Amino acid sequence: MMIDIVFPPGLILIVAGLLLPFVRDPYRTPLILVAPIIALLLVWLLPEGPVLTLQYLGYELVPLKVDALSRLFGTVFAIMAFAGGMFALKQARTLELASAFVYAGAALSVVFAGDLITVFIFWEVMAIASTLLIWSNGGGALAAGQRYAVIHLLGGVILMAGIAGEIATTNSIAFQAMEADTWPRWLILAGFLINAGAPPLAAWLPDAYPESSWSGMVFLSAFTTKTAVFVLLRGFPGAEILIYIGLYMVFYGIVYAILENDMRRILAYSIVNQVGFMVTGIGIGTEMALNGAAAHAFAHILYKALLLMSAGSVLYQTGKRKCTDLGGLFRTMPRTALCGIIGALSISAFPLTSGFISKSMISQGAADENMMIVWMLLAAASAGVFLHAGIKFPWFVFFQKDSGMRPSEPPRSMLLAMYILSIFCIGLGIFPGLLYALLPYPVDYVPYTGSHVVFQLQLLLFSGLAFFLLLNLLTRTLTITLDFDWFYRAFGRKLALEFDNFSIKAWSTLIASGYRAVEKFIATIYRHYGPNGILARTWPTGNMAFWTTALLAAYLLIYFL
Amino acid sequence: MISGNLPALQVVLPLFGAILCALARRGWLAWFIALVVSWIVPVIAVGMILQVLDSGPISYAMGGWTPPIGIEYRVDLLNAFVLLLISAVGAVMLPYANLSVQSEIDEDKQAWFYALYLLCLTGMLGIAITGDAFNAFVFLEVSSLSTYAMIALGKDRRALLAAYQYLIMGTIGATFYVIAIGILYSMTGTLNMVDMSNRLGDVATVRPLFAALAFLTVGISLKFALFPLHSWLPNAYAYAPTFATAFLAATATKAAVYLMLRFFFAVYGVAIVFGIHPVSEILIVLSILAMFAASIVAVFQDNIKRMLAYSSVAQIGYITLGFGLANAQGLTGAIVHLANHAVTKGALFLAVGGIVYRMGAARLEDFKGIGRQMPLTMAGFTIAGLSIIGVPGTAGFVSKWYLAIAALEQGWGWLVILLVLSSLISVIYIGRVVEMAYFREPEGKALEARDMPLSMMIPAWVMILGTIYFGVETSWTAGIAAQIANDLLAGVQ
Repeated sequence: MMIDIVFPPGLILIVAGLLLPFVRDPYRTPLILVAPIIALLLVWLLPEGPVLTLQYLGYELVPLKVDALSRLFGTVFAIMAFAGGMFALKQARTLELASAFVYAGAALSVVFAGDLITVFIFWEVMAIASTLLIWSNGGGALAAGQRYAVIHLLGGVILMAGIAGEIATTNSIAFQAMEADTWPRWLILAGFLINAGAPPLAAWLPDAYPESSWSGMVFLSAFTTKTAVFVLLRGFPGAEILIYIGLYMVFYGIVYAILENDMRRILAYSIVNQVGFMVTGIGIGTEMALNGAAAHAFAHILYKALLLMSAGSVLYQTGKRKCTDLGGLFRTMPRTALCGIIGALSISAFPLTSGFISKSMISQGAADENMMIVWMLLAAASAGVFLHAGIKFPWFVFFQKDSGMRPSEPPRSMLLAMYILSIFCIGLGIFPGLLYALLPYPVDYVPYTGSHVVFQLQLLLFSGLAFFLLLNLLTRTLTITLDFDWFYRAFGRKLALEFDNFSIKAWSTLIASGYRAVEKFIATIYRHYGPNGILARTWPTGNMAFWTTALLAAYLLIYFL
Repeated sequence: MISGNLPALQVVLPLFGAILCALARRGWLAWFIALVVSWIVPVIAVGMILQVLDSGPISYAMGGWTPPIGIEYRVDLLNAFVLLLISAVGAVMLPYANLSVQSEIDEDKQAWFYALYLLCLTGMLGIAITGDAFNAFVFLEVSSLSTYAMIALGKDRRALLAAYQYLIMGTIGATFYVIAIGILYSMTGTLNMVDMSNRLGDVATVRPLFAALAFLTVGISLKFALFPLHSWLPNAYAYAPTFATAFLAATATKAAVYLMLRFFFAVYGVAIVFGIHPVSEILIVLSILAMFAASIVAVFQDNIKRMLAYSSVAQIGYITLGFGLANAQGLTGAIVHLANHAVTKGALFLAVGGIVYRMGAARLEDFKGIGRQMPLTMAGFTIAGLSIIGVPGTAGFVSKWYLAIAALEQGWGWLVILLVLSSLISVIYIGRVVEMAYFREPEGKALEARDMPLSMMIPAWVMILGTIYFGVETSWTAGIAAQIANDLLAGVQ
């Protein structure tokens, strides 16, 4: 096909999402499955360059600007909307799917945005839609969603301030590579990073995502953080600070994921960790590293969605989330287990999986720049990834002890969605050229060299070994054996409790005095502005006339002087 | 023939419509007459704005007496914009009136109500179209007197007191205005605004001119309820029949603001008004006081109509803030906010009107669980509420954007912060209602409440969609406003 059709692909998904609440059963499934396919087609039918412009408030908006990078992200977002939609067909809550599609459409629109205002608009749409997506799960999701919304609205405000400042200082709204050298740009960078799950506000992600439904988290994992990666790639390639932020995220994710017991929180921390790899790549800023970050984002979206689908299937079938409650499910859910393992191998960058061909490009980028420490940290982190996501997730959920549960496989649509993503994970691992052809810069990199494969296998083998050694330690401490460790465990606990008490007291005093101050403030305001306050009650007519005269006198006086 | 007489028809048509309504005596018939008139009037306004855009200002000599001796109807872009705004609001809202008026006003008074409505429309269109300062006073009184009576028709007995207070205050304002016109007439010897503007430069003693300006400023400020002259407005809006409230909130203050614009920027000119005395500073201070004080009061109001009335006082602050900034962007912001606030506040009052229609009142507690019972009504309220807050993508954002840019042009970053802070207060008062509607269980009467009937729903949603449309497509509002602002600042007549 040689014709160029210029229609915003994101809009298709947004419209589909808005239609969903009004569409009943025989048409619902086709709508969910066809809209992402049309969006994918549109992504590829768009010609390169700024293809659509609009006038708004005297600025020329470019809602559609196409290049290789936007097409890469557009492709994976459309694929994700399709797979996620298929996985969620059994989701009875219409609000969830509707907001998920609006959310996906907004993410797709950010990717094709050629100016900062468009970015901001869809950024906010994403924030609202994803909040609704979390809220749609009800229960504990309400409070978590509220915290999520607050953080993202804060991020939005920071971003808006940055964009307004950028427009004021440069008089340009173009969204292109920037140096972080003025305060508006720092604000924009900060706004982007908040969505990427960067410190110090990373906690919103593992706090809110696991509270969403079994299908909702699949969508959540794909869009918000990866859109942030996209805008960083487009806006701040090579900003050095990103290397340190990225490395921090990598290790933050690993440490917390290892300590975590809830399977979906493990995967949530692992999102922070994986995005950390990408952010580091963007910070390194060479063509190799940027390619790596983009490729890794592509691969990551697919295998993380696969992992979350297998976790979601388990949740759907058993209603349980905690590792300690699960185990032994491979007996009755072998296909789910297999897909989970494929996802786990991909995230650990096992050879012949998508993670292997993408993540190593980032390390290679560091090596090319002679960043020895960065390279070593990334290698160490790779081992850590295998530890927390590659083995820990499938082991505790599907193997380990026998939990006694015998759930059946999930419904066919869910399995099918997992198969599709599994095929992507392995297919890209075997034919890396497919992905490399989509990358923004020409690729001069061969992942399958002997030394690389051996290195990676060694790394995985030893970290696997470490896991099982650690595991023994873990199993022992889970049973009640009075060993020497009792001293430090019980003592430590006592100490922690004391500290807890103390900090609770200090905190509550602080909060209480804060409340008192606020109450006093509000009382003062209420006295004057409340229903009976001077400014709100009905004035006698004479008073009104008095003020009129006073103002007139003031004006006359000023004019007289 | 007809296209030549459009300016006269614009005013004469509703005037005769009012007489017909009064003769009709039957509510439904009067409503129908008002409907026909209200739908023709904006067509005339569109015809005129197209003419103006095409071939410049229209000058129409009333009764064949040539200006400046005779009364001139003069339509330039600013007039045409305000005419279109007022008449279009009337046209959209009138279908809503039928049921709302039936439920709130005694049957034998309904025809009178429509007669008053058309008189009020006549007055406002007259203010906006005439080029004669004294003629404007006459129309000001026509619209004011009919407004007092409309407010007094409210079913709450406090409506009487509100109407009485408005009567006193409105009369004071009108008196100030006419005193100012008297001084100007004695100094320049003309009542024609263009002529007056030309002759002002020749006046030797300027002090009386400034005295006139003081009377004008205070008189008109009273009419559009600039803080602290706002105190008649909350009760008037709160206790008037809902339809009257919605219509007045969307239009009445706008006509007065137009008059202020005309005198400040066309008759006197920027250089005289802002160049010599610190009028700019006074306006900005009063505007900021309005933005904050009125918003904070709105936060504590339990009667939602009264809450929105206070919000109107705050929004007037944004408009006068644009005057005070007195640069192209600020003036654009002020003029575009005329339109955007008209649409937004109209939409809000129409949505609240639906709740009054179903629940009999609009106290905060009446909103409990309404989000579930009246989903379309409440969704509309929320969307229009977002526009009051100034969320991007809504009309309210566009005006605030221009004001912020204007403030930045002056180098006043603090003003931008104040703009944002005052918007945050509106988040609280709108949020309070939204929280009540969506997060509480419905009880009592609310359990049987359904969305308002279609004849009310459609006008309300036209306004609500308008808040989104004007937030996205700004060429009609902001584009024309920018052109008007440039003309005014350049002193083009």
